[in-house]
Amino acid sequence: MQKRIALKVNGRPVQIEIDIRESLLDVLRDRLQFTGVKQGCSVGECGACTVLIDGVPVNSCIYLAAWADGKSVTTVEGIAQDGRLSPVQEAFVEEGAIQCGFCTPGLVLSTTALVESGKRFTHDEVRRELSGHLCRCTGYQKIIDAAERALREAEAASE
Amino acid sequence: MFDICELHEPGTLEEAKAILAENPGLKVIAGGTDVLIRLQHGSLAGAGLLSLKNLHALEEIVMLGDGTISVGAMAPFTTIFQSGLIRRHVPVLCEAAVSMGGPQVRNVATIGGNICNGAVSADSASTLFALDALLKLETSTDERIIPMGDFYAGPGKVNLRPGELLTAVLIPREGYEGMGGHYIKYAMRKAMDIATLGVAVVCKVREDRFVDLRIGLGVAAPVPIRCFEAEAYAKGKEVTPEVVQEIARLAVKPAKARTSWRASKDYREHLIEVLAQRAVAEAVKRGGGCCAD
Ligand SMILES: Cc1cc2nc3c(=O)[nH]c(=O)nc-3n(C[C@H](O)[C@H](O)[C@H](O)COP(=O)(O)OP(=O)(O)OC[C@H]3O[C@@H](n4cnc5c(N)ncnc54)[C@H](O)[C@@H]3O)c2cc1C
Ligand code: FES
Ligand code: FES
Repeated sequence: MQKRIALKVNGRPVQIEIDIRESLLDVLRDRLQFTGVKQGCSVGECGACTVLIDGVPVNSCIYLAAWADGKSVTTVEGIAQDGRLSPVQEAFVEEGAIQCGFCTPGLVLSTTALVESGKRFTHDEVRRELSGHLCRCTGYQKIIDAAERALREAEAASE
Repeated sequence: MFDICELHEPGTLEEAKAILAENPGLKVIAGGTDVLIRLQHGSLAGAGLLSLKNLHALEEIVMLGDGTISVGAMAPFTTIFQSGLIRRHVPVLCEAAVSMGGPQVRNVATIGGNICNGAVSADSASTLFALDALLKLETSTDERIIPMGDFYAGPGKVNLRPGELLTAVLIPREGYEGMGGHYIKYAMRKAMDIATLGVAVVCKVREDRFVDLRIGLGVAAPVPIRCFEAEAYAKGKEVTPEVVQEIARLAVKPAKARTSWRASKDYREHLIEVLAQRAVAEAVKRGGGCCAD
C-alpha cells in the first residue's frame, strides 16, 4: 500500500510516495539519501537512527514513515548552516567526543534538542537525556563533556 | 520493512472505534515501540494496523470535576514526566515514567501501550496499580471502567474485548491525595533496561501512624500484583523500623517469583523484601512521616 506524504526535511519541503511498510529510517536513508541517519540495531536500542521530529528526538527505525506526514524532520545534515558547523558540532570536535563517528549524528541531534529547549540540565540530567544512545568507542565521558560544553556556551550566549 | 498489509489512520476517536468495530482483527498501534519491535522480529506478520497516532485528544492529562486525574491513553511518557499536574499531585508517576526506556523511547511510547501490551515489567503498571487506577475502555457502542487488577489476564495477556480501545487511565482522588510515593526500578543498567523488579509504594502517614499503604509489584508474578496482606497489616500501625520490616516481609508473600536468566527465584524474593523496605521508608518520608529508618 502506498501513501503520499508531505513533510519538511531540514527545512525543505518534500513530497514523496512511500510504502506504508517503510520506517522513517528507510525513507530518509534509502530514498532521500540522508545517510547521516545511521542504522544500528533497528529495534530502538542504540539511538544511531535518531532524528528530530518537530524538534523532539525519536528513533526513526521504529517510527512509521507514514507518521511523518505533515511533520518537520531534522537529520544531522540539517545542523550545519551555510557550511559552518553548529556550536553543538563544534563542541563535539573540541572535546574529542568522536571516534568512529557512528553514534555522532544521533548524539548531535539529541544534544541539539537539549540546547534548543533553553532549559538548564544538571550533570545527571544530561547523562539521563543522552542515555538512549550507545557508543562503542568513546566511553561516553567526552560525549557528556561535549554536551555540557554546548549547553554552557548556549547559556552564556543567551545572557 | 515492516510486514504489514494495511494502515488505517483515523483522525478522531469515533472514527477509530468504528473502524475497529468493522475490522476487529486489526492490530492497534499507538507509539509502536512494542508493536514495531514485534514486527521487526517477525511476529504479527501480515497484520493490518489501526494507528491511534492522530488522536491528539487522547494525549490530554486533566483533572476532572471530582478530583480524578485522567491521563489520556496516548500520552507519551515524556509528556507525563513533564506534566505539572502529575508532578504536583502524583509525583510517583513521574518517577515511574522517567524510569522507562531512554529519552527517544519515552518521547513516543504511550502509557496506554505500556498497559495494553500486558508485560509484567511495564514500568507504569505497578505504580498505577498502587494508585488504585481505573481504566476507561471504549467500543463503538459501549464504555466500561474497570480496576487495573481486572485487566491483566496472564503474561502478556489483557482483558481487551474485540473492538475495544483503552482511552484513559483514571487516578481517583482517594488514590493519590495526601499520599507519599516512591517507585524503585531494579535493573542491570540505569537506563534502557527492562526491570528485574519494580516496586511502587504509596502511603499516607498521620501522627506517625499508617493511615493507608498500597504496594504494587512488577515482575514478581506473571502479572503485576498488589501486596494486600502487607497493606492490611500496616493500617493503623505506628511507623517504626520493625513495622516497616514486617510490611516488607509480608510483601514477599503474594509473589510468585521464578528463576529466569535475569535473576533466580531466591534472589528475586530477597529483592522484593529489601526494596519494599526501602520504598516504604522513602514513601513514608514523602507522605508525612519521618521515623521509618
Ligand atoms: C528500546 C526500548 C526500551 C524499552 N524500555 C522499556 C522500559 O524500560 N519499561 C517498559 O515498561 N517498557 C519498555 N519498552 C516497551 C515499550 O516502549 C512500552 O511498553 C511502551 O509503553 C509501549 O507503548 P507504545 O505506545 O509504543 O505501544 P504500541 O507498541 O503501539 O502498543 C503496545 C500494545 O498495546 C496495544 N495498544 C496500544 N494502545 C492501545 C489502546 N489505546 N487501546 C488498546 N490497545 C492498545 C497494541 O495493540 C499493542 O498490543 C521499551 C521498548 C523499547 C523499544
Ligand atoms: S537503529 Fe534505531 S535505535 Fe538502533
Ligand atoms: S564514536 Fe564510535 S560509536 Fe561512538
